[in-house]
Amino acid sequence: MKILVPVKRVVDYNVKVRVKADQSGVELANVKMAMNPFDEIAIEEAVRMKEAGVASEVVAVSCGVAQCQETLRTAMAIGADRGILVSTDAELQPLAVAKLLKALCDKESPDLIILGKQAIDDDANQTGQMLAALMNLPQATFASKVTVAEGKVSVMREIDGGLETISMHMPAVITTDLRLNEPRYATLPNIMKAKKKPLETVTPDALGVDVAARLTTVKVLEPAGRSAGVMVADVAQLVDKLKNEAKVI
Amino acid sequence: MDAPMAREVMEYDVVVVGAGPAGLSSAIRLKQLADAAGRELSVCVVEKGSEVGAHILSGAVIEPRALNELLPDWKERGAPLNTPVTEDRFLLLSKHGARKLPTPPQMHNEGNYIVSLGNFCRWLGEQAEALGVEIYPGFAAAEVLFDDLGAVRGIATGDMGLNRDGTPGPNHERGIELHARQTVFSEGCRGSLSKAVMARFDLRHNADPQTYGLGIKELWEIDPAVHERGLTVHTVGWPLASDTYGGSFLYHLEDNLVSIGFVVGLDYSNPHLSPYEEFQRFKTHSEIRRYLEGGRRISYGARALSEGGFQSLPKLSFPGGVLVGDTAGFLNVPKIKGTHMAMKSGMEAADAIFDHLADVPDGSGEVTGYAERLRASWLWDELYQVRNIRPSFRWGLWGGIAYSAIDTYVLRGRAPWTLKNHADHTQLKPASACAPIDYPKPDGKLSFDRLSSVFISATNHAEEQPCHLQLKDSAAPIQINLATYNAPETRYCPAGVYELVEADDGPRMQINAQNCLHCKTCDIKDPTQNINWVTPEGGGGPNYPNM
Ligand SMILES: Cc1cc2nc3c(=O)[nH]c(=O)nc-3n(C[C@H](O)[C@H](O)[C@H](O)COP(=O)(O)OP(=O)(O)OC[C@H]3O[C@@H](n4cnc5c(N)ncnc54)[C@H](O)[C@@H]3O)c2cc1C
Ligand code: SF4
Repeated sequence: MKILVPVKRVVDYNVKVRVKADQSGVELANVKMAMNPFDEIAIEEAVRMKEAGVASEVVAVSCGVAQCQETLRTAMAIGADRGILVSTDAELQPLAVAKLLKALCDKESPDLIILGKQAIDDDANQTGQMLAALMNLPQATFASKVTVAEGKVSVMREIDGGLETISMHMPAVITTDLRLNEPRYATLPNIMKAKKKPLETVTPDALGVDVAARLTTVKVLEPAGRSAGVMVADVAQLVDKLKNEAKVI
Repeated sequence: MDAPMAREVMEYDVVVVGAGPAGLSSAIRLKQLADAAGRELSVCVVEKGSEVGAHILSGAVIEPRALNELLPDWKERGAPLNTPVTEDRFLLLSKHGARKLPTPPQMHNEGNYIVSLGNFCRWLGEQAEALGVEIYPGFAAAEVLFDDLGAVRGIATGDMGLNRDGTPGPNHERGIELHARQTVFSEGCRGSLSKAVMARFDLRHNADPQTYGLGIKELWEIDPAVHERGLTVHTVGWPLASDTYGGSFLYHLEDNLVSIGFVVGLDYSNPHLSPYEEFQRFKTHSEIRRYLEGGRRISYGARALSEGGFQSLPKLSFPGGVLVGDTAGFLNVPKIKGTHMAMKSGMEAADAIFDHLADVPDGSGEVTGYAERLRASWLWDELYQVRNIRPSFRWGLWGGIAYSAIDTYVLRGRAPWTLKNHADHTQLKPASACAPIDYPKPDGKLSFDRLSSVFISATNHAEEQPCHLQLKDSAAPIQINLATYNAPETRYCPAGVYELVEADDGPRMQINAQNCLHCKTCDIKDPTQNINWVTPEGGGGPNYPNM
């Protein structure tokens, strides 16, 4: 069984992002980048399935600038067997990424595609769902447990007020939630080994995909600062303020 | 606890500890020499920051002298030296005024560049990797390894995923042993492994104690109307009392950025002093605030720097390794520049190591050629000439300025004497003998509290891990530091790591290690040297962008 895991290079979660002075986006120059944490969970899950003998190959894919190779190396240090970079300097929106992934899946024919449920930079939460739709595959989003048995994959999902288990035929698309697993540390020897694993580069053109942006960013703003709190004298005043100032009741 | 699992071993010709300007220059020079001689040479660099540059904090105006020697075509290679210095101003501040002083010759910056040293190191790292150097960020060298004869044989990286009590957690990964024929210690000011090596080989035997300063820095994006790209401003005087060594720098970089920082000599004697608060109130001076008003603060950080100079240099080599850069103490204090010295020392070490590896079959033993080469280089003359300037400030600001003028203009660094240095941790007076200092409250526009500052340094440490600030005597913070010195660590730590909390049975010192900026001040200044800074889990610490 082959598993394909898309991984995205995003601003490291430790970095405090700063909106550019011209409000066109966030500052990325010399900012620490890292693998999207949900994708790390996806890679970890795939590698565990390989270690358990359920999967035979784990392929990591990243779409974007040349530095995404570092993200792929990290994926391979965690245990992916090889990497594919879809190399482009263009701004990629979820639909474009989903189309690129579809083109790669058509070539690679994976049995499972495990993605992060969302990327922590744009929080779009769309790529997995779009990919499943484009490929006409079953999908299970927000997975907190994944089990493969007898040609089927069952996924436990966290939903409001409980858990839901879905059983799907493969190939299928899964997106990971935070509690699926805790990714391992990439060790030095594994980072060294990852440098020697195969990494193939393709372009959107070669895959026949038009990645042109369909959405325009109008403006990016910092969240408004919190205004200072006020002390209320008694319950009556609190109710009055909630009603007439905050207008929440 | 069970005996720890055995560690995996990897062999290199040279292992470099720390990817700052010193370590990277060493690695680059080694590979250049090997390429030119057609010899195989494996060089590995470990860096505790999450990436190269993540822990680098500097001014920085750099003198390109060493860079010209290392990579003469640095411009073509796209080195991020984008802003030549166009003007130097030197000001003496009083509370309400500022007087222009003649700029001392060491502070003339024609031909120098204002840079982000972190970005410069990121670029140097790329140059090194292109030459085949293996760089591993996110891995701290936690332990020095010795062979049977007592020589250094490399380092071990720290374990990952330990619990708070030191037992292995669920994701535990044992560290790795990196064995080398020679190990280059380039950890920057007050390196934790360098400290162990100096003690082990008694390298400070004939040297004065090392002395230090604490530099605190912020990066601001300011109003383009008041930005003067290429301008450097240095100040002395207010807000520091004249018996305290220190001053500020303000460098106008590209993109309307300004690097502003304050350095306080760690030989200060008044335990009530807070370097952080001095910096915050300094920014409210009319001469400074006119640049910052209407701007926004982007980043914050702090780092100690070595100020002992020539007379505090330790022995530089020992069986199996060498000390290069700031951890050895190569910093020109009147110039406030250490980068060119760090690079030069790294390069000379590389040359000497390369020769040594060719001459000695197994490459073991001591590279004595390193110190010899340094003595014959410009670095040695430069450091010798300015050796009396920093120590002369023990006579206060005025005494220091007067002495420095004579030393520089009349004696020209050739005085037949050398002033002594004294260890910083011995200089604190009891709190009762010193006047408390009343610092103004932060206004949230120009001045800020420490926690909001640490927040923008993007500092993080894995929560579950042993505390990397180790106390030899757990009672000392209360019984000595609080009792005699009114808990100075709660003020000198620029990250608010040390916090006095009231417990039922009296006050207790709480250590918020996750906020630590790796500046090393507590390891230096603690009056009884009770605090030992050790490397936390690799990748932890600040994530400085553009610092
Ligand atoms: C506030 C301030 C302003 C300054 N201004 C200037 C200036 O304007 N011009 C100038 O030329 N110089 C300036 N300096 C001095 C200059 O920054 C230093 O001289 C220079 O950075 C020293 O280089 P280094 O390579 O020796 O050490 P560092 O730059 O400190 O680099 C050491 C590296 O080693 C890593 N490391 C340390 N220990 C370990 C370990 N155990 N395991 C793994 N990695 C480790 C660190 O994370 C770091 O990346 C300034 C310094 C400060 C603090
Ligand atoms: S704990 Fe020590 S090393 Fe860390 S920031 Fe505070 S003074 Fe600096």
